[in-house]
Amino acid sequence: MTLSELAPGEIGIVKEFTDLEMSVKLMEMGCLPGESITVSRVAPLGDPMAINVSGYQLSLRKFEASTIILQ
Amino acid sequence: MKADIRVALVGNPNTGKSTLFNTLTGLNQKIGNFPGVTVDKKTGYSTLPDGRIAEIIDLPGTYSLYPKSQDESIVFSVLADRSNAHTPDLVVVIIDATNLKRNLLLYTQVADLKIPVIIALNMTDLSTKAGINIDIDLFAKKLGVPVVPISARKVEGIDKLKQAITFANKIALQEPSIDVEAIAPQLIAQISEELKLDNPYFALQLAHQHETVKFLTPTESDRIEELEKEFSFHSQKSQATETIARYSFINDLLYDTVKVPETAKDETLSNKIDKVLTHKVLGFVIFLGVLLFMFQSIFAWSAYPMEKIGDLFAWIQNSLHRLLPAGPLTGLLVDGVLGGLSGVMVFIPQIAILFAFISILEDTGYMSRVTFMMDKLMRKVGLNGKSVVPLIGGFACAVPSIMSTRTIENWKDRMITIMVTPLVTCSARLPIYTLLIALVVPNRNVWWIFNMQGLALTGMYVFSLISAIVVAFAFKLILKGRERGYFIMELPVYRMPRWNNVAFSMYDRSKAFVLQAGKVIIAVSVILWVLASYGPGDRFAKIEQKYRQPQYAKQLNPDDLKRAINSEKLENSYAGVLGHVIEPAIRPLGFDWKIGIALITSFAAREVFVGTMATIYSVDGNADKIESVQKKMGSAKNAQTGQPVFSLAVAFSLMMFYAFAMQCASTVAVVYRETKNWRWPAIQFAYMTVLAYAASLLAYNLLK
Repeated sequence: MTLSELAPGEIGIVKEFTDLEMSVKLMEMGCLPGESITVSRVAPLGDPMAINVSGYQLSLRKFEASTIILQ
Repeated sequence: MKADIRVALVGNPNTGKSTLFNTLTGLNQKIGNFPGVTVDKKTGYSTLPDGRIAEIIDLPGTYSLYPKSQDESIVFSVLADRSNAHTPDLVVVIIDATNLKRNLLLYTQVADLKIPVIIALNMTDLSTKAGINIDIDLFAKKLGVPVVPISARKVEGIDKLKQAITFANKIALQEPSIDVEAIAPQLIAQISEELKLDNPYFALQLAHQHETVKFLTPTESDRIEELEKEFSFHSQKSQATETIARYSFINDLLYDTVKVPETAKDETLSNKIDKVLTHKVLGFVIFLGVLLFMFQSIFAWSAYPMEKIGDLFAWIQNSLHRLLPAGPLTGLLVDGVLGGLSGVMVFIPQIAILFAFISILEDTGYMSRVTFMMDKLMRKVGLNGKSVVPLIGGFACAVPSIMSTRTIENWKDRMITIMVTPLVTCSARLPIYTLLIALVVPNRNVWWIFNMQGLALTGMYVFSLISAIVVAFAFKLILKGRERGYFIMELPVYRMPRWNNVAFSMYDRSKAFVLQAGKVIIAVSVILWVLASYGPGDRFAKIEQKYRQPQYAKQLNPDDLKRAINSEKLENSYAGVLGHVIEPAIRPLGFDWKIGIALITSFAAREVFVGTMATIYSVDGNADKIESVQKKMGSAKNAQTGQPVFSLAVAFSLMMFYAFAMQCASTVAVVYRETKNWRWPAIQFAYMTVLAYAASLLAYNLLK
């Protein structure tokens, strides 16, 4: 299960990443293994999505979300 | 001003860093450049409690010392380059108290460079309200640095911060955060030894960034590359290890010092606003509404001040004409330089209002929601959600907009945005459109409330956006991307705009606009005036001789005679000759040699058009009065056919030319500055000129 498959309101916990380059950027922004992520909404045209992670809101594209594997 | 101590401000974006900077320095700041790069260097001065003067450097907001965009790459360079005279003595790291975890990542990186640090803990009022309880004393003790709680918005704690800066240590006393050497032990040891470094984290950062920093010699950089191969160093893996280690340190620290309320928060206000503002349908309707309101206001609110500025200049020019002896130098100063300057100055109200809007949209957090909503749409045409900001800014001026593309991390997205931004109808095109539309479009209402002239103008704005999108799509197909695009962006919580910042941005941008455009206008005015006042060989003398013959004096009254002499002189001046040279090329577009001169001079800056027309049609008195230029142009007849020169076809053909042509020296210069390669401004200039010619040709032949 990846983050991109979550619907708004659903919660997941980060397990690992499928892409090293993306993982470096995501981790800097607080998306670390063990961290809980809530999907807050999806943009009107279906992409990107907005998530709540470590106390703030982050926007990322569906493709980027698909590199985050959840527990 | 001579500074006693140099302080760098470092922090994540949206932490109130600029507000703090403005509070510390007031209007006492200037924008320069960092050596070798195009990133704006904002510096200002602040007087400390003991009377010493601190130079404050505002570094671009960043989430980590590993840069993701051009702006961010400067942060490490400034902090690390110890050979440089600009190296800070002290770093103030601004940390958002409502978002400690992510903010502390950057702090631990900066702290490990072993430069003296102070933490300014901002937004403590908001964190207290949210029930976040920070044991500041313990927090400071564990980190080994002074921690000053402040609220930059409410101007609280600023005196304490200044005191902390005054009494800051000369040497770094902060506790180490992570075991840096464990990340790449042999490589760090070897680099430290060969480059004689005493700081392991600095050595590690050099391993990552040796290709981009400016202070290494090529030999040093190549040697680091060799060492990386020798010890099979993998930059991204090392970054991942480091980030995880840092967050683990931060989690331990926060566990001991911060209590966050257990209960899940109610739905925040920001979330409620987002439900409306990024709604499937409402979101776009509101965005369009905001844009519409913005443009309506720009025109409505600026009309009065623009008229007053115009009047003021006309008064100055008239007074000077009365005071100064008539002659070529007076003509140059009053009609050329002042006339040209007034053409720029009248735009100040529009520029100021537009930047006020843009600054409010950014400050409140709405702009990042627009970026969020538009990303998918923009990506389809080769742009990026973040391109929306420069494109909207392009309605004011392409120059600052192109500079604002630095926030776009992806190279290809950024290049395409830079290439199409000058197509958006900027404020310099406005007087040209207004003038030409007033000439050929009747001032009548259609469908009750819509004014035809207003509709024509709106049409030009919409047309410019469409052409920017089409051209962007073409570039998307042509350009090859070098790297993957990504869009990981913070959505800050909604806030009230800080009116100080809005006012400051209005002042700052207007000043920059006037200085930048003013220089070009003065230069062009002087050159045009010389070209129009002198002619090759003895042509001028011959004209004077011809009109001295008695039959002219009999037929014409003195005023008409003077005008006949002047217009024949203009036709034979260098400018006139130049106009005649290019006339064959522009005749298919419906332009004559006089328009040709205006086209040539407009390549320096579009707004020169009106002034040139005024000079060429030798309007008496106020060369800058649009009414009088308009009248003169309206009554201009073609010598052969007796038809008006500015027919519907010619006017629209001209507008098409101005819509597409790259007639702005400042933009060319800024594109070169931003891309550091003459190829890009050259390509842009070429494609825009070709499009301008084609669109003009099409418009003329369709409407003829």
